[in-house]
Amino acid sequence: MTAQLLTSLAAGVFIAGAAGYMGSLMLSRRMALAADPLSHLTLPGIALAMIHGFDVSLGAFPFVVLGILLIWVLELRTKLPMEALTAIVFSSSVAIAFLFLPVDQAEAALVGDISRTGPRDTIASVVASVLIVLAVWRSYSKLVLVNVSEDLAVSEGISVRRSNLVFLFLVGVIVSLGVKIVGGLLTAALVAIPAAVAKNIAKNMRQYAFGSLAVGALSAAVALYHLTGLPAGPLIILVNTVLFLASLIIAAKR
Amino acid sequence: MAAAEPILEVNDLSVTMGAQRILEHVSFAVERGEILTILGPNGAGKTILLRALLGVLPHEGRIRWAKGVRIGYVPQRLPYIKDVPMSVEEFFALKKPKTSRASTREMLAAVGLADELRSKRVGDLSSGQFQRVLIAWGLVGDPDVLLFDEPTTGIDVGGEETVYKLLARLHHERALTMLIVTHDLAVVYELSTNVLCLNKSSVCYGPPLTVLTPESLRRLYGAEVKYYRHDDGHGRNHESG
Repeated sequence: MTAQLLTSLAAGVFIAGAAGYMGSLMLSRRMALAADPLSHLTLPGIALAMIHGFDVSLGAFPFVVLGILLIWVLELRTKLPMEALTAIVFSSSVAIAFLFLPVDQAEAALVGDISRTGPRDTIASVVASVLIVLAVWRSYSKLVLVNVSEDLAVSEGISVRRSNLVFLFLVGVIVSLGVKIVGGLLTAALVAIPAAVAKNIAKNMRQYAFGSLAVGALSAAVALYHLTGLPAGPLIILVNTVLFLASLIIAAKR
Repeated sequence: MAAAEPILEVNDLSVTMGAQRILEHVSFAVERGEILTILGPNGAGKTILLRALLGVLPHEGRIRWAKGVRIGYVPQRLPYIKDVPMSVEEFFALKKPKTSRASTREMLAAVGLADELRSKRVGDLSSGQFQRVLIAWGLVGDPDVLLFDEPTTGIDVGGEETVYKLLARLHHERALTMLIVTHDLAVVYELSTNVLCLNKSSVCYGPPLTVLTPESLRRLYGAEVKYYRHDDGHGRNHESG
């Protein structure tokens, strides 16, 4: 096992695990697909990072935050439907990215490229992933209660507005991390599929949450174990898809 | 000692959502230990009233709870709860602070549910069981007041204690003040100290035997008098019902 493989594997497994865990919350809020437009939005940031040679997640994060803020402001000011705003903001963002993104780096930006991650980026990704898992773990029950019923959450003294803000921030971080391994196109799958797999099998919330984490991490491990020359990002998603089909069969046999 | 202050005082409460006025100038008070039923047809604003009392909705007018009062809330239904695989015990653990296993057991027993239910998935419960779980959930932390929104489903199977018998029992055992939304007149007569007839505004308010007259019920449900005089300052007649 080469050092490069090891660093790629570490970054991939940790990020995919954290994304799966976070995905279990996003899926139960019917928000897993929100990761899709948000990750498209990061493309200009990814392009900048690639051109100037810094960490893709660092480039992506400000764009996610900008996107979330922009949508809020536009919605308040214009009263256009959210869908229209989302379409406008996100497609403009993709269009801008392709104005200056070098063609030979387009693939890496769209579906990710983790095969050349350096040790420093890897350490940063692993630390960020662990922190996000801890942050999600701490507020998991609060966020689930808000998902289940805002009224019940309020009756428990939970500030719904604050929980939503925390949730959006966590979504922003996980999308920024996710684009590094699966690019601007596939991040929604990275958060949605592991949770969907776990939901098919889990008997309770603990199994569901940690199952999502495990499925995410496992799919990255399987996909990255042999750097076959095939792009790693799409491979991770396909392994996820296979696991999902398997979970359907298991669920049907019960 | 002066007369105890009411546990809840509502003055001139109005709620507007979008362009629609849902509640208009509603006033009432609830004493400690009282059961207030809130009666009205579908869409009369009963659930909205409970949510306003919880502090979830922006409103005009004044809602004043007695100091330090603990409120338990039993919602009508939780459509999103099946989106998360969750055991009954885990559902209780979502409470702040987290409900202990012993207290989950105690509450399940209090509403007449078997202990084995703890490890069952919430999504797999029958609607009657789920209703009881929601009541038990509302009772954790020993609230002073229970807000109960009538279930549309959750019909009890014959032989079991009905939800309303259960509420009456809990009222006695725990000295609870209760606000119960219902559209069942039998429940109103059987349980309530006072009834608030609600159809956007307060149609009648007081002890059920006194205020529930054929006339007030007609005004409440609008069945026989389809057009009733409703003074909104413009001298127009409004359709009701």
